[in-house]
Amino acid sequence: MGSVSVRDVSVAFEAFRVFDGLNLDIEEGEFIVLLGPSGCGKSTLLNAIAGLLDVASGQIWIGGRNVTWEEPKDRGIAMVFQSYALYPRMSVRENMSFGLKMAKTPRPEIEKRVKHAADLLQIAHLLDRRPDQLSGGQRQRVAIGRALVRDAAVFLFDEPLSNLDAKLRNELRVEIKRLHARLGKTTMVYVTHDQIEAMTLADRIVVLKEQKVQQIGTPGEIYHRPANLFVAGFVGSPQMNFIQGRIGMNNGVPEFVKGQRRLSLANYQFGGRPPVDQDIVLGIRPEHLEIATNGTWSDLMIDIVEPMGADTVIWCSDHEGSVQVRTNSSRRAVPGESLTLSVDVSQVSLFSPETGDRL
Amino acid sequence: MSTVVPQGRRPRRITAGRIGVYAFLITAALFFLLPLWIMLVTSLKPMEEIRLGNILAWPASLTVDAWTKAWSSACTGLECNGISVGFWNSVRILIPSVILSIAAGAVNGYALSFWRVKGANVLFGILLLGAFIPYQVFLYPLVRIFSMTGIYNSLPCIVIVHVIFGLPTMTLLFRNYYAGLPLELFKAARIDGGGFWTIFLRVMLPMSIPMLVVATILQTTGIWNDFIFGLTFAGRANLPMTVQLNNIVHSTQGERAYNVDMAATMLAALVPLVVYFVSGRWFVRGIAAGAVKG
Repeated sequence: MGSVSVRDVSVAFEAFRVFDGLNLDIEEGEFIVLLGPSGCGKSTLLNAIAGLLDVASGQIWIGGRNVTWEEPKDRGIAMVFQSYALYPRMSVRENMSFGLKMAKTPRPEIEKRVKHAADLLQIAHLLDRRPDQLSGGQRQRVAIGRALVRDAAVFLFDEPLSNLDAKLRNELRVEIKRLHARLGKTTMVYVTHDQIEAMTLADRIVVLKEQKVQQIGTPGEIYHRPANLFVAGFVGSPQMNFIQGRIGMNNGVPEFVKGQRRLSLANYQFGGRPPVDQDIVLGIRPEHLEIATNGTWSDLMIDIVEPMGADTVIWCSDHEGSVQVRTNSSRRAVPGESLTLSVDVSQVSLFSPETGDRL
Repeated sequence: MSTVVPQGRRPRRITAGRIGVYAFLITAALFFLLPLWIMLVTSLKPMEEIRLGNILAWPASLTVDAWTKAWSSACTGLECNGISVGFWNSVRILIPSVILSIAAGAVNGYALSFWRVKGANVLFGILLLGAFIPYQVFLYPLVRIFSMTGIYNSLPCIVIVHVIFGLPTMTLLFRNYYAGLPLELFKAARIDGGGFWTIFLRVMLPMSIPMLVVATILQTTGIWNDFIFGLTFAGRANLPMTVQLNNIVHSTQGERAYNVDMAATMLAALVPLVVYFVSGRWFVRGIAAGAVKG
């Protein structure tokens, strides 16, 4: 019913090609997040799936049906927008039933579905209000409700939480996830630039940059085995540490060399042959560095301490650069203190500085 | 020297500059109100009193004879039925012209801003160009076209002319308004299954009330005050009030009846004046929006 398949799709604005031969397969019931910075083409892709934008070439399949030439309303989709896009002159009830009225659904059926959706989203008491009498969070609930009554196989979300404040965003994020679980077989395609939303909601994340797919994978894969420097830097907060260095050999075991500092890469799984004597970028997440008395890297100086409640981020540096370390908040740290770090080598990533790809 | 501790609301002082501003504004207001005052008092005076020449004075013997005469029995050329004939002609021209020109402009603006019409920008450019070409240029060709189609000198003819010439401004007005609405609203309506007309009538038009008011004001005053189109295209039977006013003022036998002329002029200006007073706030916006027309 709700599988989505984007086959070799190109989208063009006048002479400018946004996508060139993009492929993406989404299974029924899957929660897919399109993640990327603004201008990466994620919304364009969503609009193309919705049929709000004509594709220049390629096909779009929804539920095993080629819908490339079909109108948005015939594609079996529902959509939620960043600006809510509620009809301002209609009540909440009218907003939710507008699409069903257009589809000539019988009145009792409309009432049943609106009631069901309103109960599910806890907006039953708001049905007779107008959008301008609602708060932002309530408006977005109504917008989700309007999508819900359509009984669509595929839900498309275009940055639905970006206009909300942080607290509401967290609440609604959980609610969207709960909704997906409850609806079961409904496919959701969700566009966001917020990596936390992507990590928490997605079954699979599609990372986009400059209209190109960078990596498709589960949140775990994206986080722990980023395919390139862009993905590594975009996902994760605080950001992954990148350290420029060189690959050396020590008794047949590859090691990372930067100045006097060395790090054995015996536990690292290289994608191919280790590029000995070549420049390299080492990526370490702040939580994979540990403060130790007897560690790999000593004589670092603490610059700044950022307590975050559950944990603390310590910025420390030597004369060659700085790294961030995430530690337990119970450890006291004072700027100026010297520090020794140990590295969990099984968790690092290595990238080629030229191509940016993972090695 | 006593010092006042600054606290709470800052005290307002009347400065010389402020007095100057008010003085200028009051003078300017008087300057524009004076002609209106003269017209009003003159129209309420009998001719004997007007001959005395005290044009600013309040009438000693107040009479509305001039008004009734202007309305029902003043002579426009050979007929002497007053300006009322013209009034009703103007109403008959005004109502369909205003409704049709606004409807056309709103649909045009909606199509241009939401539906990716091929060559929309070129079309819009040409339409705007039309707004800047002097009307007089079009008169002769239009007269030829209408006489060929056989509707020249009729009510439909003058209505069509008003709709055509209202189109650039109306389209601009609505296009700019719709361009300011979020595109996502249109997308949501497309997903909900709305077509061209459903989205326009059910979603966009209910949101356009401010612009509809502005457009109504703009078109009502413009069409009511029109002289040259009415004279050229309406035909003898449908001459609007402005043309008949001109005839009353210019077809004088013997003594010039200033009081009747003034009363007729005030009657002719009544509709725009009422629109102005009823919708002051909107009127300013209408003028601002119409400013592009020059």
